[in-house]
Amino acid sequence: MDKLVAQYSRPPHQNEMYSEQEQQDLTASVPPLSLKFSLPPVDNHSAFLRAMTDDHSNPSCPIKLAHGTTTLAFRFQGGIIVCTDSRATAGNWIASQTVKKVIPVSRLSRGEDKKSDKPTPGLLGTMAGGAADCQYWLRYLSQQCTLHEIRHKRRITVAAASKILANLTYAYKGYGLSMGTMLAGMTPQEGPALYYIDSDGTRLPGNLFCVGSGQTFAYGVLDAEYKYDLTEEEALNLGRRAILAAMHRDAYSGGFINLYHVKEEGWVHHGFDDMNPIFWKTKLEKGEFSNVTSAL
Amino acid sequence: MAIFCQACRFLITVEEKSEVWRSQETRVAEIKTSTFFWQKKKAPKRWLTQRVAGRKLQASSSPRGAPHLITTSLRPDHLTCSILLFSINFPTNRKHVLLGIAGKDFVILAASKAAMRGPTVLKAEDDKTRQLNKHTVMAFSGESGDTIQFAEYIQANAALYSMRNDTELSPSAVANFVRGELARSLRSRSPYTVNLLLGGIDPVSEKPHLYWVDYLASLAPLPYAAHGYAQYYCLSILDKHHNPDISLEEGLKLLGLCTDELKRRLPIDYKGVLVKVITKDGVQEIPFDNDKIVRSA
Repeated sequence: MDKLVAQYSRPPHQNEMYSEQEQQDLTASVPPLSLKFSLPPVDNHSAFLRAMTDDHSNPSCPIKLAHGTTTLAFRFQGGIIVCTDSRATAGNWIASQTVKKVIPVSRLSRGEDKKSDKPTPGLLGTMAGGAADCQYWLRYLSQQCTLHEIRHKRRITVAAASKILANLTYAYKGYGLSMGTMLAGMTPQEGPALYYIDSDGTRLPGNLFCVGSGQTFAYGVLDAEYKYDLTEEEALNLGRRAILAAMHRDAYSGGFINLYHVKEEGWVHHGFDDMNPIFWKTKLEKGEFSNVTSAL
Repeated sequence: MAIFCQACRFLITVEEKSEVWRSQETRVAEIKTSTFFWQKKKAPKRWLTQRVAGRKLQASSSPRGAPHLITTSLRPDHLTCSILLFSINFPTNRKHVLLGIAGKDFVILAASKAAMRGPTVLKAEDDKTRQLNKHTVMAFSGESGDTIQFAEYIQANAALYSMRNDTELSPSAVANFVRGELARSLRSRSPYTVNLLLGGIDPVSEKPHLYWVDYLASLAPLPYAAHGYAQYYCLSILDKHHNPDISLEEGLKLLGLCTDELKRRLPIDYKGVLVKVITKDGVQEIPFDNDKIVRSA
């Protein structure tokens, strides 16, 4: 009888996520990391990397890393909104204004970036920090997700995928990786799931994250109006507006607004739009940004 | 190598192996602390050494670590360059919150109530504002000691002016006076490191004025302004929700949005804000609900 009661009295959502044990089992099949990258012959790798790349204290450093970004993702009643800017900077040089900072992490959808109404199945990852690190390791993750799919005959959960990435960044902690990424996806087991993973080895599930140098500006706009019950249109507009705020105030963010919506069936791309017409439209039609004068 | 300091008229010598870097944009030269020493033969120079040593301590607790020299030299890698002043990368305390919002017929100034020193909150009911005349208020943050000295110096001079001339300075006049005094002090041996917001109503036109002044003596008239880390969170909110025709009630609601966000995201307890409102009738402290509990998403 006790067993019967226990069976029906557990909290309703207990089984929606994988337990830590199940997550371990799922990721245990990942092959051990090969540390076959060539490393400089020095004792302290991260200090050496910092000496070579830290252009705040040394503007003439030999390697300029691409840094500075605004990316955001939040969960709401209708799924997950993922939105980013598109600027890549190396020091105070704008290296590119057309970077795709949302990376599909799935064998089926890799490389797709056209606007379409048809949802594409798979996870989405965002890219902040070192562009190379993010691209390389998200591609690696995508490979692992595909292998998981083949081995287990079902799509990987966001929890498990994020754990693979977090274990990886943790294994390389101190080697100077630089990435702050969010994984968003919707699986039958989890519903909408959003995880934040960074190069310190942090892995956090949550409702709302902003990552990058413009994060504070995006948080400002987002927090003020965020609620879980947002309609799809409200959510898309809020995501776009929060990124616009950051692109306007943060010197290291700008370019195009890249907007995605993750739904049950997969993700939908809602455009890669130049911020300038959107900024002026927002200013002139809604009267926002009143500190920018449009008249001479 | 040697560097001549224009402000203090001293020669600063730096060991050969230390590096002087200067970024083209900001004209900031930086000298590594470990290989940095001053000529110590005469007394005033010792005073400088002590002063720098004090700053060094501060610098080690700042995120960047190294003291910065702001130079006007156009010859970065030559052996001599003239230095206008030295200061640390983050000379002002960014943990303090200063917010200003101008609306249709009012200006709101909000300043955090915590007086901090190192890891301690010394006072939780601090008033970081001074009234300069009937319709102008100044809110300030920065190096402790400098702030109040400077604010009261300005307050006294504004009062002196109105006594001598039997007329009150307009907000723009006060703002330009403040800027001038800061600019003058910036080129002295011990500049005031103070950030200010100045709010007032012009007694003639009855138009609201808000001025943003930083410790490098930049002056900007703005519809809304902030200092410290509050800038990073609040300016995007104000960009979105402010317009120049808002009423006082809407203005206070907007301030609420900003303080809510600071409570949500700033990892510092700034002990709430003190809110002063300037209208054509004068200056008033407004009771503000600082105890509201804000839930994070």
